[in-house]
Amino acid sequence: MLLALDLPYWAQSLLRVLGGLVAVLLPAGTIVYVFLFKMMSFMQSRLGPMEAGPYGSMQLFAEVGKWLQKEDIMPEKADHSIFRIAPLIVLASTFLLVVVVPFGPDAWFTNFETGVFYALAVSSVSVLGILIAGWSSANKYSLLGGLRAAGQLIAYELPMVLAVVGVVIQAGTMNMQQIVVAQNAGEIFGWNGLGNPYILTQFIGFGVFMIAVQAELTQAPFDMPIAESELVSGYMTEYSGFRFLIFFIAEFATAGVFALIASVLFLGGWGVPFSWFGWHSIGEVSNWMNVVGPLIMFSKMMGLVFLIMWIRFSYPRFREDQLQRFAWKVLIPVSLVNIMLTAVLKVVF
Amino acid sequence: MTMLGDRERLSYIASQAADARLNVELETEGMTLNIGPQHPATHGTLRIICRLDGEQVVWAEPSAGYMHRGYEKLTEVRTFPQVTSLVNRIDWLGSFANEVPFILAAEKLMDIEAPPRAQHIRTILFELSRIANVSLFLGDLGVQLGAITPVFMAFRDREYVLNLIEGATGGRFHPNFDRIGGLKDDVPKGWIDETRSVMKKLRTFCDEIEDLLFGNEIFQSRTRGIGVIPKDVALQYGLSGANLRASGVEYDLRRDQKIAMAWDKIDFKVWTHPDGDSFARCWIRLQETREATLIVEKLLDTLPAGPVMAKVPRIIKVPEGEAWVSTENPLGEMGYYVISKGDLGPFRVKIRSASFNNISIVPWLLRGVYVPDVITILASLYFILGDIDR
Repeated sequence: MLLALDLPYWAQSLLRVLGGLVAVLLPAGTIVYVFLFKMMSFMQSRLGPMEAGPYGSMQLFAEVGKWLQKEDIMPEKADHSIFRIAPLIVLASTFLLVVVVPFGPDAWFTNFETGVFYALAVSSVSVLGILIAGWSSANKYSLLGGLRAAGQLIAYELPMVLAVVGVVIQAGTMNMQQIVVAQNAGEIFGWNGLGNPYILTQFIGFGVFMIAVQAELTQAPFDMPIAESELVSGYMTEYSGFRFLIFFIAEFATAGVFALIASVLFLGGWGVPFSWFGWHSIGEVSNWMNVVGPLIMFSKMMGLVFLIMWIRFSYPRFREDQLQRFAWKVLIPVSLVNIMLTAVLKVVF
Repeated sequence: MTMLGDRERLSYIASQAADARLNVELETEGMTLNIGPQHPATHGTLRIICRLDGEQVVWAEPSAGYMHRGYEKLTEVRTFPQVTSLVNRIDWLGSFANEVPFILAAEKLMDIEAPPRAQHIRTILFELSRIANVSLFLGDLGVQLGAITPVFMAFRDREYVLNLIEGATGGRFHPNFDRIGGLKDDVPKGWIDETRSVMKKLRTFCDEIEDLLFGNEIFQSRTRGIGVIPKDVALQYGLSGANLRASGVEYDLRRDQKIAMAWDKIDFKVWTHPDGDSFARCWIRLQETREATLIVEKLLDTLPAGPVMAKVPRIIKVPEGEAWVSTENPLGEMGYYVISKGDLGPFRVKIRSASFNNISIVPWLLRGVYVPDVITILASLYFILGDIDR
């Protein structure tokens, strides 16, 4: 039930659809303005956009307006129908991903028993979109970029899954909502003042997960598929106007959604430590958490995206073979060791 | 084959054909990739034709000339003092350094020499344009390798140097300040103190770049061992400047030749590196920027008093003869071969620009490297399109 109100089914569905739009587009817009426009500028001793709106806050709307009214250009030899579908597939994977993220005790889209499994599965749908975007553009740079992206995303899917396995073992469930509850109702050696956010026990998993997220988002130092100084813009080279806009939204919305998932898995999600208010299970959680929960999620997301963007603006990029080597020779063994340790400690305690 | 019957023979041929077909099917077709003329990695309009096998370059050739402006020919219809405004634009990042060797060649033909103060200020401005040029390289290097922040630091601190050049000459990019027999003007009041403080800032910038970029593990793994040029190959291809010194050849025209400039009045270190890879080339440039700030400070300490212009006739006619003068410019050895027939303008000028020779090694160097390394190598060779095409 949504927000504990007695709404008819169609109204609940409508609310969920609108909520999904907000949950994808609002983080995307905020991330672009706060981090891409402003934080990046301050790191580079400049001001960023200042003209559109107070302190440049309307810049994003100006940009969207510009993109929407651009001519729809398509290469002559491109595979037209596939070329049109590709950005939509990439954006769709973002929407599919946000579906399982819980924002409050009742504020969820679907309460899926195998939510973690589903999230990891649909996150790889975007590979398909990127690959066909690169292939259908009939451009050599796009092709190279698309193939690089496919290799990279598949390689980093694995450490991501393995990093999450530790959390799943510790929580004993794949349901995202129950993972949140397990963290906030948990205790550290009998002290329950902070709950038990899994970042404390799964810090290796958290590190591996964030690195894999960085690579899944194809952001520096893993931005070899885009590599603007050699491949012009990788698989996005031939896209302009609103098709580029869709890629652009998808990129930053996915950053937001992955940060949401990371905050659910490692930072306690929407919850506050239950002991603060004397709650013991999800049934006792007050209704106002449905309003406060999304705000808590949002602030945790901003914190994690700050990390992602900070690294993006600071590092040069790996070469393709170097980043493959990093995934297979460093991240995967480390996360396998993490799984083993978690399993052993789970049995011991 | 003769021992086999028809049946066996036919089946043998069929199996051979099947093998051949399999080979044809498995062999991946090569791809020709045109990097340029319009491409973010080429700083302008250089075109590099690469034949790729997967992401490996099997054959590469630079195709220059998209920005040819015909300066050698244009000098023939200009008078000698007018030529400086043309050659300014060859290497547009270190403009003043382009004027000097031409003016020195003209002075050599006329058998006059600039007064000591003019020589000192010339050398200072020469080193300032080296700093302005190479500091941009240090920032751009990050962009080529994916780090977007250093370039803004480079632009920020390069601005101070451009302000100095503007303060002394009136032109930020194209000073047009060097005259046959000396300089247009003396430096303005307060300029010397300002220069000292800016040189301190530039050394801080060099430290920052060394920490942020050169100390970065990803940067090192991207540049170390990539595009190695051995000593003898570097000499055979006629490389010069930092590219040559990075291969371990200790050759610096500032120290090794006797010309009417102030470098021989002071001591400075010529940096070399034994490796010859991309990292060495970048590292040498960083050290040379730092060394150049020290050179400027030493020259300011020993700046003599006196006029900045020798006695030259109002209408300059250069006597008949030929002269070759080359100097150690920011990009490498730059020289002018000037032939005069005793007229107002030169009869023929041959410009030896550093970048043209430096990129001649590209076909040799790019064979067998991967596409991302093409960018690293091009960035570390450091050419400027105006300097290639003239």
